[in-house]
Formats: sequence, C-alpha cells, structure tokens
Amino acid sequence: MASTNINPTRMELTRLKKKLATAVKGHRLLKDKRDELMRQFLDLARENMALRKKVEKGLSDANREFVLAKSGMDEQTIKEALMAPKQEIYLKKSTKNVMSVDIPVFDYETRTPDENDMYSYGFAFTSSDLDGAVNSLSEVFKDMLKLAEVEKACQLLSTEIEKTRRRVNALEHVIIPETQEGIRYITMKLDENERSTQVRLMKVKDMMLNEAHGYSEKMEAPPET
Amino acid sequence: MDKICVLGDRDSIYGFAALGLDIFAVTNDFEEDKKLLKRLCNGDYGIIYVTEQVAAELSEVIDEYSDQVFPAIIQIPGVSGNTGAGVQGVKQSVEKAVGSDILFGNE
Repeated sequence: MASTNINPTRMELTRLKKKLATAVKGHRLLKDKRDELMRQFLDLARENMALRKKVEKGLSDANREFVLAKSGMDEQTIKEALMAPKQEIYLKKSTKNVMSVDIPVFDYETRTPDENDMYSYGFAFTSSDLDGAVNSLSEVFKDMLKLAEVEKACQLLSTEIEKTRRRVNALEHVIIPETQEGIRYITMKLDENERSTQVRLMKVKDMMLNEAHGYSEKMEAPPET
Repeated sequence: MDKICVLGDRDSIYGFAALGLDIFAVTNDFEEDKKLLKRLCNGDYGIIYVTEQVAAELSEVIDEYSDQVFPAIIQIPGVSGNTGAGVQGVKQSVEKAVGSDILFGNE
C-alpha cells in the first residue's frame, strides 16, 4: 500500500487534501469532456459510415464506367486524353476546434471558374463513355472531400476519447482512492500521536507532582489535624 | 494553397487526373512506395486518397501520420473491387472510442 511511505505530517495532509480537491474537480471536468466528445463522435461516426458507403458505391460505378470506356478505345488514346489535365483543384484547409481537438475543414477551389470544365480532350477521338465516366467521378468527388473531412475528424476524436477515458478511469479508480487512503492514514496517525502525547503529559505531570510534594502519598495518608 | 492527390495502381486512379487531382501510381516496389507516400505526406497535400490495396501494404506509414490533422489519408476502393477495409476503418474508430462497436456491430 502506498500509505506506508507517506509522511504523517500536517504539511503532507494539507498537500494531499489539495491534491484530492484538484483530482475530484479534474475528474468531473474530464467526465464532462468525455461525454460531450462521445456525443459529437457518435453523430460524426454515423455520418462517416453513410458517406463512406455513398462514396464507395459512387466510385465503383465510376470505375465500371472507366472500364467500359477503356474497352471502347485503345490504351494510347485514353492516356493521351487524360495526359494533360485542364482542371486543377486547390484545397483550402483549415481546422475547427471541437472540445480542444483540432479537426480539419476542407474547401476547394477550381482553377477555372467553371467547375465542369474538366474534359481535357477533344471529343472526336474518345468515346462518350469516357465523358460519362469523368462526369460521374466528378459528382462523387464532392462527397469524397466531405468524407475526408469527416473520417479524419472521427479518427482524431476517437483517439482523444480513448485518452480522456483513460484519464477519467485513472483518476476515478487510482488517484482519488489512493489520496483518500493517504488522508485517512495521516489523520489516524496524527490522532494517535496526539493521544499518546496527552497520555505522556498526564503521566509526566503525575510524576512531577509526586516528586515535588509527595502529592499522591499525601492523598493516601490520613490527614493530621 | 494545398493540393489533393491520389495514390494507387494506375488503372484505379487515372480518372482522377481529369478532375484536377495529382495522381501517383505505385511501383509495386515496397520500399519505393513507402518513400513515395512519405514524400507526399511531407509535401503540400491536404488530402491523400489511397486505394485500399495499397493502404494495406503501406499501413505502417499511414499509422505514423494518423494522429496528425494534415494530411488526411483516406482509403478508397480501387478498380479491382472493394475490400471493405474502409468500412472496417470506420468500425475500428468506433471501437476505439466506445470500447465496442455499438453502432455498426450487426451490419
């Protein structure tokens, strides 16, 4: 037990009492933080799953279209068509603070003002399947961006929740009981010391009285008058 | 201004070039791919989309960057089909946070 190496002094007792007050306050705050994080996280996780399913479906559709497009053209043409992209996407990244966790916020800008200006090839030598494929990919892209935001936020939040939960548990099950135990040990020890001092003083007083006046014998002897 | 890139096997990603994303094809040489992904992470990319197959190979590099806000490394299914790793990732983060998967456990 930790109480064996605690100094039973008043200073230590004050220190432990302060520590306990801080621990209890911290425990309450961290518990609140954990609950709020959890609430936000559950919402985000649901959104994350929905978005992911949507994106995965969209991407597999787009991929299928690309395969079809490829089957209608030779490799060389398709490479040429997509070799020099016309469009460029610039990402604007910033962070948002949720319960002291930084989560990313993404926004994007396209180089040309028209978002749909992305066909980097002449339409003469490519099949219309390729146009469709590129188009459906661009449609799924907005969700992909959102997915990146939400999924990263989920990962960061879950790490933070795990950390907070550990802290809450450590405070609740280790730090607070140990400190309480320490406080009780010191109080008992101090009380015990006080009692023993009292007894010793009484004894000493008795002895001194005895020595000075023969007090106790006088009490026992019959009064002479 | 940051950019977005896509990392994966050539067939899965060439379409993204049309949208204006930067594409990087993997070489199937593990060390080379690791170096490539590290370079991308330290470059000015805010989001890196990685196909599930490649992500499975490079998971140690991805884990290294998982507690940073940027870049966000997101798995996407490749052309050869969906391995379910992305959905698994979402479930894992729920499990990490809650202790057990209470949201999607029976899906």
